[in-house]
Amino acid sequence: MSDNYFEIIRPGINTTFQDKGRDHLYHIGIPFSGAMDNRNYLIANKLVNNNLDSAIIEFAYQGPHLKYTGGKINFAITGDVIFIIKKDDTEIEGKCYESYQIENGNEINIISTSKSVYGYLALGGELDIKLQWNSCSINTKANIGSNDGKKLDTGQRVNLKKINSNKDIKKTNYINTKIENIRVIKGTNFDYFSEEGKKIFYEKEFKVSKLSDRMGMRLEGPKIENIVNTNIKSEGLIKGVIQVPADGNPIIMLSDHGTVGGYPKIGAVASADYDRLVQMAPGSKIKFKEINLSDAETLFKLYEMETQNLLSQI
Amino acid sequence: MIKNISNLGDTALYCDFGNEVNKSINSQVIKYFKTIKEKKVKGINNLTPSYNKLIISYDLKQTNFNEVKKNIENLNVETSLKLNTKRIEIPVCCHESLSLDVKRLEKILNLSRDKILENFLNKEYFCYMTGFIAGMPFLGDLNENMRAQRLETPRVKVPKGSVGLTEQFANIYTFESPGGWNILGNTPVKVFDSSLEDEPTLINPGDTVTFKEISLDQYKNYNE
Repeated sequence: MSDNYFEIIRPGINTTFQDKGRDHLYHIGIPFSGAMDNRNYLIANKLVNNNLDSAIIEFAYQGPHLKYTGGKINFAITGDVIFIIKKDDTEIEGKCYESYQIENGNEINIISTSKSVYGYLALGGELDIKLQWNSCSINTKANIGSNDGKKLDTGQRVNLKKINSNKDIKKTNYINTKIENIRVIKGTNFDYFSEEGKKIFYEKEFKVSKLSDRMGMRLEGPKIENIVNTNIKSEGLIKGVIQVPADGNPIIMLSDHGTVGGYPKIGAVASADYDRLVQMAPGSKIKFKEINLSDAETLFKLYEMETQNLLSQI
Repeated sequence: MIKNISNLGDTALYCDFGNEVNKSINSQVIKYFKTIKEKKVKGINNLTPSYNKLIISYDLKQTNFNEVKKNIENLNVETSLKLNTKRIEIPVCCHESLSLDVKRLEKILNLSRDKILENFLNKEYFCYMTGFIAGMPFLGDLNENMRAQRLETPRVKVPKGSVGLTEQFANIYTFESPGGWNILGNTPVKVFDSSLEDEPTLINPGDTVTFKEISLDQYKNYNE
């Protein structure tokens, strides 16, 4: 038993352990998983002096309420998140992108994300959790990863193997930019769709539906007409691929996606826009903008430089 | 041989081996998959073989489309290579409590239950690929008179172990999952075991699979 642990008073809606994810397993049906919003995952770890690939707590919408037992520890929350820190009888509203130090008996109550989906809680230390295929990332659909592949639940403990000796308090001024335009590259079945359908895809607005989770994001809007075949022979998928099934409503594959699929692919989201895409909450408006492969590769370089730059300033 | 290489998004190569679904094309896909897997090409972080396509995913931080494409085009793939594959017998119980869609199949195929089972059981299947959900094998080919479309409205929950049919293929649900295949029976065998990290999948692409009927008693008391 660990001397330093958090007890879960309320788990939140979909609270899991995540890290960088696992690779080389698509061929047996296992997706990458990992933190949905990679940049916010990295920043959170940096704010508490962790290795950047450390395990972290990811939550969606409502987050967990935790009570701490043990020696002094730092924590930080990233995303657009409303949370409260309770120390003895005082409650303060916490700020994202700042680390805080708490001690025995203190509580962290993550009320909710604001106009976004995912938030990250990094604890300054090493979580005592099991790895599967070199990653703790929980895939609740396949019950893979730490915590028996299940989301965190009331009453359970999050144990720490060790607490970082570096307890420097850190802060950064990152702002999550909200965008309506998601840049996409033409899909391998782009020509399955009617001229009108292609025009709708690039020119009309879609709404993120409630039926969205870590596996996929379903969109609602004008129907995209298929003029060739609404089924293809099942083949590999990657995250960001946009499939259009027979009903004409696009579905975007996200980090826990099924590894093969049989619906035509109209496009794929540029990697540079993935973090922003996953943060679009149900009801958000989304518009696609076409770019080519070399633009997408350049945009990713810029995204990566910006990420490294942000991290180096912390 | 790969007929065409294009890009899937900005992090994958889409290798097209043709439009047909048959063992010979699929064996080519599997040979490329195995060769690339062993070569450990820089930046490649995933490979997804399917009936007639191979998706090669890469880390955009380490490499890019043109570089990976060049590496794959210059690869020496021994296409006459003999694949090292297994024969696997899967016990299946087709008791009415587990054969969820047998009535629907009787109607669609215009065959009696006994005839459907006889056709299904007296057949060797080839594993084309695994995926969708962890370890799910896609097996083929069913006889022409055994081919049915997916359910019009997919089930929200297909029980774990279900053996399903769609078009020329059979599969096994390794987890409870949503799905639209016609369920003919259920196997007590663990087709996917995540505690075996080195070899979690019982059935792999290229393997031969046969089904053997067991009674409800045998199903309930099955010990691996």
